Amino acid sequence: MDLDARFFRREAGRLTAALTRLFGVHNLALAEDVAQDALCRALEVWKFRGLPPNPSAWLMTTAKHRAVDVLRRERTARTFGPELERWLKTEWTLTPTVDELFADDAIQDDQLRMMLSCCHPRLPEEAQVALILQILCGFSAREIAAAFLESTAALEKRVARAKKTLAASKNLFDLGDPAQVASRLPAVHRALYLLFNEGYHGASPESAVRVELCQEALRLVSLLLEHRAGQTPATRALAALMCLHAARMPSRLDAAGDLTPFFDQDRSLWDRGMIAEGQRLLHDSADGAELTTYHLEAAIAAVHALAPSPRDTDWAAIVRLYDALLAMRPSPVVALHRAIAVAQQEGPERGLAEVAAIPSRDRLENYPFYAAALAEMELGRGHVDQARAHFQQALSLARNPTERRSLEKRLAACRPSDT
Amino acid sequence: MSQFLFIYRGGMPAGTSPAEMQQQMGRWMTWLKDLGEKGFVKDPGQPLERAGKVVAGKQKTVTDGPFAEKDLVSGYTLVEAKDLEHATELSLGCPIYTYAGSVEVRPVAKM
Repeated sequence: MDLDARFFRREAGRLTAALTRLFGVHNLALAEDVAQDALCRALEVWKFRGLPPNPSAWLMTTAKHRAVDVLRRERTARTFGPELERWLKTEWTLTPTVDELFADDAIQDDQLRMMLSCCHPRLPEEAQVALILQILCGFSAREIAAAFLESTAALEKRVARAKKTLAASKNLFDLGDPAQVASRLPAVHRALYLLFNEGYHGASPESAVRVELCQEALRLVSLLLEHRAGQTPATRALAALMCLHAARMPSRLDAAGDLTPFFDQDRSLWDRGMIAEGQRLLHDSADGAELTTYHLEAAIAAVHALAPSPRDTDWAAIVRLYDALLAMRPSPVVALHRAIAVAQQEGPERGLAEVAAIPSRDRLENYPFYAAALAEMELGRGHVDQARAHFQQALSLARNPTERRSLEKRLAACRPSDT
Repeated sequence: MSQFLFIYRGGMPAGTSPAEMQQQMGRWMTWLKDLGEKGFVKDPGQPLERAGKVVAGKQKTVTDGPFAEKDLVSGYTLVEAKDLEHATELSLGCPIYTYAGSVEVRPVAKM
Protein backbone atom coordinates (compact mmCIF):
# COMPACT_ATOMS: atom_id res chain seq x y z
CA MET A 1 0.00 0.00 0.00
CA ASP A 2 1.22 3.46 -0.84
CA LEU A 3 0.31 6.50 1.20
CA ASP A 4 -1.20 9.54 -0.46
CA ALA A 5 1.50 12.24 -0.45
CA ARG A 6 -0.80 14.45 1.61
CA PHE A 7 -1.41 11.81 4.28
CA PHE A 8 0.87 13.06 7.08
CA ARG A 9 -0.11 16.66 6.45
CA ARG A 10 -3.84 16.01 6.60
CA GLU A 11 -3.56 13.67 9.57
CA ALA A 12 -1.66 16.42 11.38
CA GLY A 13 -4.69 18.65 10.87
CA ARG A 14 -7.16 16.04 12.05
CA LEU A 15 -5.12 15.19 15.14
CA THR A 16 -4.54 18.82 16.08
CA ALA A 17 -8.25 19.60 15.76
CA ALA A 18 -9.26 16.68 17.99
CA LEU A 19 -6.51 17.32 20.53
CA THR A 20 -7.35 21.02 20.76
CA ARG A 21 -10.93 20.13 21.59
CA LEU A 22 -9.64 17.81 24.30
CA PHE A 23 -7.03 20.12 25.80
CA GLY A 24 -8.89 23.38 25.23
CA VAL A 25 -7.98 26.08 22.70
CA HIS A 26 -5.71 27.79 25.25
CA ASN A 27 -3.52 24.65 25.02
CA LEU A 28 -3.26 24.82 21.23
CA ALA A 29 0.54 24.58 21.38
CA LEU A 30 0.31 21.42 23.49
CA ALA A 31 -2.14 19.91 21.02
CA GLU A 32 0.22 20.68 18.14
CA ASP A 33 3.12 19.11 20.04
CA VAL A 34 1.22 15.91 20.74
CA ALA A 35 0.12 15.67 17.09
CA GLN A 36 3.69 16.24 15.89
CA ASP A 37 4.87 13.61 18.35
CA ALA A 38 2.47 11.02 16.97
CA LEU A 39 3.74 11.70 13.44
CA CYS A 40 7.39 11.44 14.58
CA ARG A 41 6.61 8.10 16.16
CA ALA A 42 4.92 6.88 13.03
CA LEU A 43 7.99 7.84 11.02
CA GLU A 44 10.35 6.03 13.40
CA VAL A 45 8.29 2.85 13.65
CA TRP A 46 6.96 2.55 10.10
CA LYS A 47 10.33 3.00 8.45
CA PHE A 48 11.49 -0.26 10.08
CA ARG A 49 8.27 -2.25 10.19
CA GLY A 50 6.40 -0.95 7.17
CA LEU A 51 2.95 0.58 7.18
CA PRO A 52 0.36 -0.79 9.59
CA PRO A 53 -2.93 -2.09 8.09
CA ASN A 54 -4.73 1.13 9.01
CA PRO A 55 -2.21 4.01 9.25
CA SER A 56 -4.83 6.58 10.20
CA ALA A 57 -6.13 4.48 13.10
CA TRP A 58 -2.57 3.77 14.21
CA LEU A 59 -1.82 7.50 14.42
CA MET A 60 -5.07 8.15 16.23
CA THR A 61 -4.35 5.49 18.84
CA THR A 62 -0.83 6.77 19.34
CA ALA A 63 -2.05 10.35 19.80
CA LYS A 64 -4.77 9.14 22.16
CA HIS A 65 -2.29 7.33 24.40
CA ARG A 66 -0.02 10.36 24.50
CA ALA A 67 -3.01 12.57 25.27
CA VAL A 68 -4.15 10.38 28.16
CA ASP A 69 -0.59 10.45 29.57
CA VAL A 70 -0.55 14.24 29.37
CA LEU A 71 -3.99 14.52 30.95
CA ARG A 72 -3.03 12.24 33.85
CA ARG A 73 0.29 13.95 34.44
CA GLU A 74 -0.96 17.51 34.21
CA ARG A 75 -4.55 17.49 35.31
CA THR A 76 -3.70 19.24 38.56
CA ALA A 77 -1.30 21.72 36.98
CA ARG A 78 -3.34 22.74 33.93
CA THR A 79 -6.92 23.28 33.00
CA PHE A 80 -8.10 21.49 29.90
CA GLY A 81 -11.07 21.68 27.52
CA PRO A 82 -13.80 23.56 29.42
CA GLU A 83 -16.71 21.45 28.16
CA LEU A 84 -14.92 18.22 28.96
CA GLU A 85 -12.97 19.18 32.05
CA ARG A 86 -15.15 17.36 34.55
CA TRP A 87 -15.00 14.12 32.56
CA LEU A 88 -11.25 14.25 32.48
CA LYS A 89 -10.84 14.59 36.24
CA THR A 90 -11.53 10.99 37.20
CA GLU A 91 -10.14 7.76 35.81
CA TRP A 92 -13.69 6.42 35.45
CA THR A 93 -14.56 8.76 32.66
CA LEU A 94 -11.16 9.81 31.31
CA THR A 95 -10.56 7.05 28.75
CA PRO A 96 -14.15 6.76 27.48
CA THR A 97 -14.28 10.52 27.01
CA VAL A 98 -11.03 10.51 25.05
CA ASP A 99 -12.18 7.52 22.97
CA GLU A 100 -15.40 9.26 22.07
CA LEU A 101 -13.53 12.38 21.09
CA PHE A 102 -11.38 10.48 18.62
CA ALA A 103 -14.29 8.84 16.81
CA ASP A 104 -14.43 9.69 13.09
CA ASP A 105 -17.53 11.90 13.13
CA ALA A 106 -16.27 13.72 16.23
CA ILE A 107 -13.02 14.56 14.44
CA GLN A 108 -14.99 15.79 11.47
CA ASP A 109 -16.81 18.25 13.74
CA ASP A 110 -13.56 19.22 15.44
CA GLN A 111 -12.07 20.21 12.11
CA LEU A 112 -15.11 22.32 11.39
CA ARG A 113 -14.95 23.94 14.83
CA MET A 114 -11.31 24.71 14.20
CA MET A 115 -12.03 26.16 10.77
CA LEU A 116 -14.64 28.51 12.21
CA SER A 117 -12.37 29.37 15.15
CA CYS A 118 -9.51 30.28 12.80
CA CYS A 119 -11.76 32.87 11.14
CA HIS A 120 -11.87 34.90 14.33
CA PRO A 121 -13.18 38.42 13.62
CA ARG A 122 -10.19 39.99 15.36
CA LEU A 123 -7.81 38.41 12.87
CA PRO A 124 -6.95 39.93 9.48
CA GLU A 125 -7.95 37.75 6.51
CA GLU A 126 -4.40 36.76 5.58
CA ALA A 127 -3.82 35.61 9.15
CA GLN A 128 -6.99 33.51 9.05
CA VAL A 129 -5.82 31.83 5.86
CA ALA A 130 -2.35 31.21 7.29
CA LEU A 131 -3.85 29.69 10.45
CA ILE A 132 -6.10 27.35 8.47
CA LEU A 133 -3.17 26.28 6.32
CA GLN A 134 -0.98 25.56 9.30
CA ILE A 135 -3.41 24.05 11.80
CA LEU A 136 -5.90 22.25 9.56
CA CYS A 137 -3.82 21.50 6.49
CA GLY A 138 -0.54 20.71 8.24
CA PHE A 139 1.69 23.03 6.19
CA SER A 140 4.79 24.40 7.92
CA ALA A 141 5.47 28.12 8.06
CA ARG A 142 8.19 27.67 5.45
CA GLU A 143 5.83 25.92 3.04
CA ILE A 144 3.12 28.56 3.45
CA ALA A 145 5.65 31.36 3.07
CA ALA A 146 6.88 29.79 -0.19
CA ALA A 147 3.35 29.67 -1.58
CA PHE A 148 2.70 33.31 -0.70
CA LEU A 149 6.17 34.53 -1.73
CA GLU A 150 6.87 35.82 1.74
CA SER A 151 9.77 35.41 4.11
CA THR A 152 9.41 32.51 6.56
CA ALA A 153 10.25 34.84 9.44
CA ALA A 154 7.44 37.26 8.55
CA LEU A 155 4.96 34.44 8.19
CA GLU A 156 6.02 32.80 11.46
CA LYS A 157 5.50 36.10 13.22
CA ARG A 158 2.05 36.52 11.73
CA VAL A 159 1.02 32.98 12.63
CA ALA A 160 2.39 33.29 16.16
CA ARG A 161 0.36 36.47 16.69
CA ALA A 162 -2.75 34.86 15.25
CA LYS A 163 -2.33 31.78 17.43
CA LYS A 164 -2.11 34.01 20.47
CA THR A 165 -5.45 35.58 19.56
CA LEU A 166 -6.95 32.16 18.91
CA ALA A 167 -5.60 30.71 22.17
CA ALA A 168 -6.99 33.68 24.08
CA SER A 169 -10.48 33.11 22.70
CA LYS A 170 -11.14 30.68 25.58
CA ASN A 171 -13.52 28.43 23.72
CA LEU A 172 -13.50 26.78 20.36
CA PHE A 173 -16.34 27.84 18.14
CA ASP A 174 -19.71 26.43 19.26
CA LEU A 175 -21.34 24.52 16.40
CA GLY A 176 -24.54 24.11 18.38
CA ASP A 177 -25.66 27.71 17.97
CA PRO A 178 -27.02 28.21 14.42
CA ALA A 179 -27.13 32.00 14.70
CA GLN A 180 -23.46 32.14 15.66
CA VAL A 181 -22.50 29.76 12.88
CA ALA A 182 -24.45 31.85 10.37
CA SER A 183 -22.69 35.02 11.43
CA ARG A 184 -19.23 33.40 11.17
CA LEU A 185 -19.78 31.67 7.81
CA PRO A 186 -19.13 34.68 5.55
CA ALA A 187 -15.62 35.04 7.01
CA VAL A 188 -14.99 31.32 6.49
CA HIS A 189 -16.20 31.52 2.88
CA ARG A 190 -13.96 34.49 2.27
CA ALA A 191 -10.91 32.73 3.74
CA LEU A 192 -11.51 29.60 1.65
CA TYR A 193 -12.10 31.76 -1.43
CA LEU A 194 -8.76 33.51 -0.86
CA LEU A 195 -7.07 30.18 -0.29
CA PHE A 196 -8.41 28.82 -3.56
CA ASN A 197 -7.51 31.96 -5.50
CA GLU A 198 -4.01 31.96 -4.12
CA GLY A 199 -3.65 28.47 -5.52
CA TYR A 200 -5.30 29.31 -8.83
CA HIS A 201 -3.89 32.74 -9.65
CA GLY A 202 -1.19 33.13 -7.03
CA ALA A 203 2.26 34.47 -7.63
CA SER A 204 4.16 31.41 -6.51
CA PRO A 205 6.03 29.83 -9.41
CA GLU A 206 5.93 26.38 -7.79
CA SER A 207 2.91 24.85 -9.48
CA ALA A 208 2.76 21.81 -7.19
CA VAL A 209 2.12 23.97 -4.14
CA ARG A 210 -0.57 25.88 -5.97
CA VAL A 211 -2.50 22.79 -6.92
CA GLU A 212 -2.34 21.67 -3.30
CA LEU A 213 -3.78 24.97 -2.10
CA CYS A 214 -6.74 24.53 -4.45
CA GLN A 215 -7.22 20.96 -3.31
CA GLU A 216 -7.21 22.02 0.33
CA ALA A 217 -9.77 24.74 -0.34
CA LEU A 218 -11.97 22.14 -2.03
CA ARG A 219 -11.53 19.68 0.81
CA LEU A 220 -12.42 22.29 3.43
CA VAL A 221 -15.46 23.56 1.56
CA SER A 222 -16.65 19.95 1.27
CA LEU A 223 -16.17 19.55 5.01
CA LEU A 224 -18.37 22.60 5.45
CA LEU A 225 -21.00 21.10 3.13
CA GLU A 226 -21.10 17.85 5.07
CA HIS A 227 -22.29 19.59 8.21
CA ARG A 228 -25.85 20.81 8.58
CA ALA A 229 -24.66 24.18 9.87
CA GLY A 230 -22.52 24.73 6.79
CA GLN A 231 -25.07 23.77 4.14
CA THR A 232 -26.06 27.23 2.96
CA PRO A 233 -26.61 28.50 -0.60
CA ALA A 234 -23.41 30.56 -0.29
CA THR A 235 -21.34 27.50 0.68
CA ARG A 236 -22.76 25.57 -2.29
CA ALA A 237 -22.06 28.47 -4.65
CA LEU A 238 -18.49 28.72 -3.37
CA ALA A 239 -18.00 24.99 -3.82
CA ALA A 240 -19.48 25.24 -7.33
CA LEU A 241 -17.09 28.06 -8.17
CA MET A 242 -14.11 26.02 -7.00
CA CYS A 243 -15.17 22.89 -8.93
CA LEU A 244 -15.79 24.81 -12.15
CA HIS A 245 -12.40 26.51 -11.96
CA ALA A 246 -10.53 23.40 -10.83
CA ALA A 247 -12.01 21.54 -13.81
CA ARG A 248 -9.97 23.78 -16.12
CA MET A 249 -6.66 23.16 -14.34
CA PRO A 250 -5.45 20.36 -16.63
CA SER A 251 -5.34 22.74 -19.62
CA ARG A 252 -3.71 25.72 -17.92
CA LEU A 253 -0.12 24.55 -18.27
CA ASP A 254 1.38 23.12 -21.43
CA ALA A 255 3.83 20.22 -21.59
CA ALA A 256 6.72 22.57 -20.84
CA GLY A 257 4.95 23.89 -17.72
CA ASP A 258 4.12 27.25 -19.32
CA LEU A 259 0.80 29.03 -18.83
CA THR A 260 -1.59 28.62 -21.73
CA PRO A 261 -3.79 31.70 -22.30
CA PHE A 262 -7.47 30.99 -21.59
CA PHE A 263 -8.43 31.48 -25.24
CA ASP A 264 -5.90 28.90 -26.45
CA GLN A 265 -6.65 26.16 -23.92
CA ASP A 266 -7.46 22.65 -25.11
CA ARG A 267 -10.98 22.26 -23.77
CA SER A 268 -10.99 18.50 -24.28
CA LEU A 269 -8.68 18.37 -21.26
CA TRP A 270 -11.24 19.94 -18.95
CA ASP A 271 -12.45 17.62 -16.22
CA ARG A 272 -16.05 16.76 -17.15
CA GLY A 273 -16.74 15.16 -13.78
CA MET A 274 -15.74 18.32 -11.94
CA ILE A 275 -17.83 20.44 -14.30
CA ALA A 276 -20.88 18.26 -13.65
CA GLU A 277 -20.29 18.49 -9.91
CA GLY A 278 -19.94 22.27 -10.17
CA GLN A 279 -23.17 22.52 -12.15
CA ARG A 280 -25.01 20.37 -9.63
CA LEU A 281 -23.77 22.54 -6.75
CA LEU A 282 -24.61 25.73 -8.61
CA HIS A 283 -28.10 24.42 -9.26
CA ASP A 284 -28.57 23.54 -5.58
CA SER A 285 -27.19 26.91 -4.52
CA ALA A 286 -30.18 28.62 -6.11
CA ASP A 287 -32.30 27.21 -3.31
CA GLY A 288 -33.09 30.29 -1.23
CA ALA A 289 -33.21 34.02 -1.51
CA GLU A 290 -29.50 34.55 -0.93
CA LEU A 291 -27.46 35.73 -3.91
CA THR A 292 -23.74 36.14 -3.28
CA THR A 293 -20.76 37.11 -5.40
CA TYR A 294 -19.88 33.38 -5.31
CA HIS A 295 -23.13 32.62 -7.13
CA LEU A 296 -22.27 35.12 -9.86
CA GLU A 297 -18.65 34.03 -10.21
CA ALA A 298 -19.73 30.39 -10.35
CA ALA A 299 -22.34 31.23 -12.99
CA ILE A 300 -19.67 32.94 -15.13
CA ALA A 301 -17.38 29.94 -14.73
CA ALA A 302 -20.28 27.65 -15.71
CA VAL A 303 -20.89 29.56 -18.96
CA HIS A 304 -17.22 29.12 -19.86
CA ALA A 305 -17.14 25.49 -18.78
CA LEU A 306 -20.07 24.61 -21.03
CA ALA A 307 -18.94 26.54 -24.11
CA PRO A 308 -17.28 24.40 -26.79
CA SER A 309 -14.88 27.21 -27.77
CA PRO A 310 -14.22 30.89 -26.97
CA ARG A 311 -16.07 31.82 -30.17
CA ASP A 312 -19.16 29.78 -29.24
CA THR A 313 -19.45 31.34 -25.80
CA ASP A 314 -22.49 33.25 -24.61
CA TRP A 315 -20.52 36.46 -24.06
CA ALA A 316 -23.69 38.52 -23.63
CA ALA A 317 -24.65 36.36 -20.64
CA ILE A 318 -21.15 36.77 -19.24
CA VAL A 319 -21.31 40.57 -19.59
CA ARG A 320 -24.67 40.60 -17.77
CA LEU A 321 -23.26 38.47 -14.94
CA TYR A 322 -20.27 40.80 -14.64
CA ASP A 323 -22.68 43.75 -14.48
CA ALA A 324 -24.45 42.10 -11.54
CA LEU A 325 -21.13 41.29 -9.91
CA LEU A 326 -19.93 44.89 -10.29
CA ALA A 327 -23.15 46.15 -8.75
CA MET A 328 -22.55 43.90 -5.76
CA ARG A 329 -18.81 44.38 -5.41
CA PRO A 330 -17.28 47.14 -7.50
CA SER A 331 -13.66 46.34 -8.33
CA PRO A 332 -11.37 47.41 -11.16
CA VAL A 333 -10.26 43.79 -11.72
CA VAL A 334 -13.87 42.66 -12.18
CA ALA A 335 -14.48 45.65 -14.48
CA LEU A 336 -11.44 44.63 -16.54
CA HIS A 337 -12.82 41.12 -16.97
CA ARG A 338 -16.13 42.61 -18.01
CA ALA A 339 -14.37 44.74 -20.62
CA ILE A 340 -12.62 41.64 -21.98
CA ALA A 341 -16.02 39.97 -22.35
CA VAL A 342 -17.39 43.05 -24.13
CA ALA A 343 -14.42 42.94 -26.51
CA GLN A 344 -15.29 39.33 -27.33
CA GLN A 345 -18.91 40.17 -27.91
CA GLU A 346 -18.68 43.53 -29.68
CA GLY A 347 -15.10 43.78 -30.86
CA PRO A 348 -11.83 45.22 -29.52
CA GLU A 349 -12.79 48.88 -30.10
CA ARG A 350 -15.75 48.55 -27.72
CA GLY A 351 -13.57 46.61 -25.26
CA LEU A 352 -10.97 49.39 -25.19
CA ALA A 353 -13.70 51.98 -24.63
CA GLU A 354 -14.95 49.94 -21.67
CA VAL A 355 -11.44 49.73 -20.24
CA ALA A 356 -11.07 53.51 -20.57
CA ALA A 357 -14.29 53.90 -18.60
CA ILE A 358 -13.17 51.79 -15.61
CA PRO A 359 -13.26 53.94 -12.47
CA SER A 360 -9.99 53.96 -10.50
CA ARG A 361 -8.25 52.32 -13.46
CA ASP A 362 -4.90 53.44 -12.03
CA ARG A 363 -5.20 50.66 -9.43
CA LEU A 364 -4.68 48.13 -12.21
CA GLU A 365 -1.38 49.59 -13.33
CA ASN A 366 0.81 47.07 -11.50
CA TYR A 367 -1.30 44.13 -12.58
CA PRO A 368 0.43 42.33 -15.49
CA PHE A 369 -2.88 41.05 -16.89
CA TYR A 370 -4.16 44.60 -17.31
CA ALA A 371 -1.39 45.50 -19.74
CA ALA A 372 -1.75 42.08 -21.37
CA ALA A 373 -5.51 42.59 -21.88
CA LEU A 374 -4.89 45.99 -23.48
CA ALA A 375 -2.26 44.39 -25.71
CA GLU A 376 -4.67 41.68 -26.87
CA MET A 377 -7.34 44.25 -27.73
CA GLU A 378 -4.85 46.44 -29.63
CA LEU A 379 -3.61 43.37 -31.46
CA GLY A 380 -7.23 42.49 -32.20
CA ARG A 381 -7.77 45.76 -34.01
CA GLY A 382 -4.45 45.57 -35.83
CA HIS A 383 -2.50 48.17 -33.83
CA VAL A 384 0.61 46.03 -33.58
CA ASP A 385 2.96 48.71 -32.23
CA GLN A 386 0.64 49.57 -29.33
CA ALA A 387 0.13 45.87 -28.66
CA ARG A 388 3.89 45.34 -28.51
CA ALA A 389 4.32 48.25 -26.09
CA HIS A 390 1.60 46.89 -23.80
CA PHE A 391 3.06 43.37 -23.85
CA GLN A 392 6.46 44.82 -22.96
CA GLN A 393 4.84 46.69 -20.07
CA ALA A 394 3.15 43.44 -18.93
CA LEU A 395 6.47 41.60 -19.15
CA SER A 396 8.11 44.14 -16.86
CA LEU A 397 5.39 43.40 -14.28
CA ALA A 398 5.42 39.59 -14.56
CA ARG A 399 5.70 37.97 -11.17
CA ASN A 400 7.39 34.70 -12.09
CA PRO A 401 9.14 32.91 -14.96
CA THR A 402 5.94 31.13 -16.01
CA GLU A 403 4.09 34.40 -16.52
CA ARG A 404 7.13 35.86 -18.23
CA ARG A 405 7.48 33.02 -20.75
CA SER A 406 3.80 33.10 -21.63
CA LEU A 407 3.96 36.87 -22.24
CA GLU A 408 7.13 36.52 -24.30
CA LYS A 409 5.28 34.14 -26.60
CA ARG A 410 2.47 36.66 -27.06
CA LEU A 411 5.00 39.43 -27.67
CA ALA A 412 6.63 37.31 -30.38
CA ALA A 413 3.22 37.06 -32.06
CA CYS A 414 3.19 40.87 -32.55
CA ARG A 415 4.73 40.95 -36.01
CA PRO A 416 4.16 43.99 -38.18
CA SER A 417 1.31 43.17 -40.54
CA ASP A 418 2.15 42.49 -44.20
CA THR A 419 -0.34 44.96 -45.57
CA MET B 1 30.04 -12.33 4.21
CA SER B 2 30.32 -10.77 7.64
CA GLN B 3 27.76 -9.10 9.81
CA PHE B 4 27.68 -5.44 10.73
CA LEU B 5 25.45 -3.43 12.96
CA PHE B 6 24.24 -0.03 11.73
CA ILE B 7 23.48 2.13 14.73
CA TYR B 8 21.37 5.18 13.84
CA ARG B 9 21.70 8.39 15.81
CA GLY B 10 19.76 11.61 15.60
CA GLY B 11 16.22 12.24 14.45
CA MET B 12 14.20 14.91 12.76
CA PRO B 13 14.86 18.49 13.87
CA ALA B 14 12.01 20.46 15.46
CA GLY B 15 9.93 22.32 12.90
CA THR B 16 10.11 19.59 10.26
CA SER B 17 6.81 19.70 8.41
CA PRO B 18 4.50 16.68 8.18
CA ALA B 19 5.09 16.51 4.43
CA GLU B 20 8.86 16.43 4.95
CA MET B 21 8.46 13.71 7.57
CA GLN B 22 6.45 11.63 5.16
CA GLN B 23 9.06 12.09 2.43
CA GLN B 24 11.78 11.06 4.84
CA MET B 25 9.83 7.94 5.78
CA GLY B 26 9.46 7.09 2.10
CA ARG B 27 13.24 7.41 1.63
CA TRP B 28 13.93 5.05 4.53
CA MET B 29 11.48 2.46 3.30
CA THR B 30 12.94 2.57 -0.20
CA TRP B 31 16.50 2.33 1.10
CA LEU B 32 15.86 -0.61 3.46
CA LYS B 33 13.80 -2.42 0.85
CA ASP B 34 16.53 -1.97 -1.73
CA LEU B 35 19.24 -3.26 0.66
CA GLY B 36 17.00 -6.21 1.52
CA GLU B 37 16.37 -7.12 -2.13
CA LYS B 38 20.12 -7.16 -2.75
CA GLY B 39 20.50 -9.60 0.13
CA PHE B 40 22.43 -7.30 2.45
CA VAL B 41 19.92 -7.17 5.31
CA LYS B 42 20.17 -9.84 7.98
CA ASP B 43 17.61 -8.11 10.21
CA PRO B 44 15.98 -4.77 9.36
CA GLY B 45 16.07 -4.02 13.07
CA GLN B 46 13.79 -2.05 15.31
CA PRO B 47 13.10 1.53 16.23
CA LEU B 48 13.87 2.53 19.82
CA GLU B 49 11.71 4.64 22.11
CA ARG B 50 13.08 8.06 22.95
CA ALA B 51 12.63 7.77 26.71
CA GLY B 52 14.81 5.40 28.68
CA LYS B 53 17.21 5.13 31.57
CA VAL B 54 20.96 5.07 31.92
CA VAL B 55 22.42 3.04 34.74
CA ALA B 56 26.07 3.79 35.38
CA GLY B 57 28.94 3.48 37.80
CA LYS B 58 29.71 1.39 40.82
CA GLN B 59 26.85 3.12 42.56
CA LYS B 60 24.57 2.04 39.70
CA THR B 61 23.24 5.54 39.45
CA VAL B 62 20.04 5.63 37.44
CA THR B 63 19.35 8.68 35.27
CA ASP B 64 16.36 9.32 33.03
CA GLY B 65 16.39 9.98 29.30
CA PRO B 66 15.56 11.76 27.06
CA PHE B 67 19.01 12.20 25.69
CA ALA B 68 20.58 14.90 23.56
CA GLU B 69 19.11 14.69 20.04
CA LYS B 70 22.40 13.95 18.31
CA ASP B 71 23.39 11.18 20.76
CA LEU B 72 20.00 9.54 20.75
CA VAL B 73 20.14 6.05 19.28
CA SER B 74 16.93 5.86 17.26
CA GLY B 75 17.28 2.35 15.86
CA TYR B 76 19.56 -0.30 14.38
CA THR B 77 19.85 -2.69 11.46
CA LEU B 78 21.89 -5.87 11.13
CA VAL B 79 23.62 -5.93 7.75
CA GLU B 80 25.65 -8.51 5.84
CA ALA B 81 28.56 -7.25 3.79
CA LYS B 82 31.93 -8.38 2.42
CA ASP B 83 34.00 -6.25 4.77
CA LEU B 84 33.95 -3.02 6.74
CA GLU B 85 34.58 -0.95 3.60
CA HIS B 86 31.66 -2.56 1.85
CA ALA B 87 29.39 -2.09 4.88
CA THR B 88 30.40 1.56 5.13
CA GLU B 89 29.64 2.01 1.46
CA LEU B 90 26.17 0.52 2.01
CA SER B 91 25.54 3.00 4.83
CA LEU B 92 26.18 5.93 2.48
CA GLY B 93 22.70 5.53 1.02
CA CYS B 94 21.00 5.93 4.39
CA PRO B 95 18.50 8.83 4.35
CA ILE B 96 19.47 9.79 7.92
CA TYR B 97 22.10 12.20 6.54
CA THR B 98 19.36 14.41 5.08
CA TYR B 99 18.86 15.71 8.62
CA ALA B 100 22.19 15.82 10.48
CA GLY B 101 21.95 12.22 11.69
CA SER B 102 24.73 9.63 11.75
CA VAL B 103 25.24 5.92 11.21
CA GLU B 104 27.79 4.04 13.25
CA VAL B 105 29.00 0.98 11.34
CA ARG B 106 30.29 -1.74 13.71
CA PRO B 107 31.51 -5.17 12.69
CA VAL B 108 29.93 -7.95 14.73
CA ALA B 109 32.87 -9.75 16.35
CA LYS B 110 33.57 -13.20 14.86
CA MET B 111 34.05 -16.22 17.15
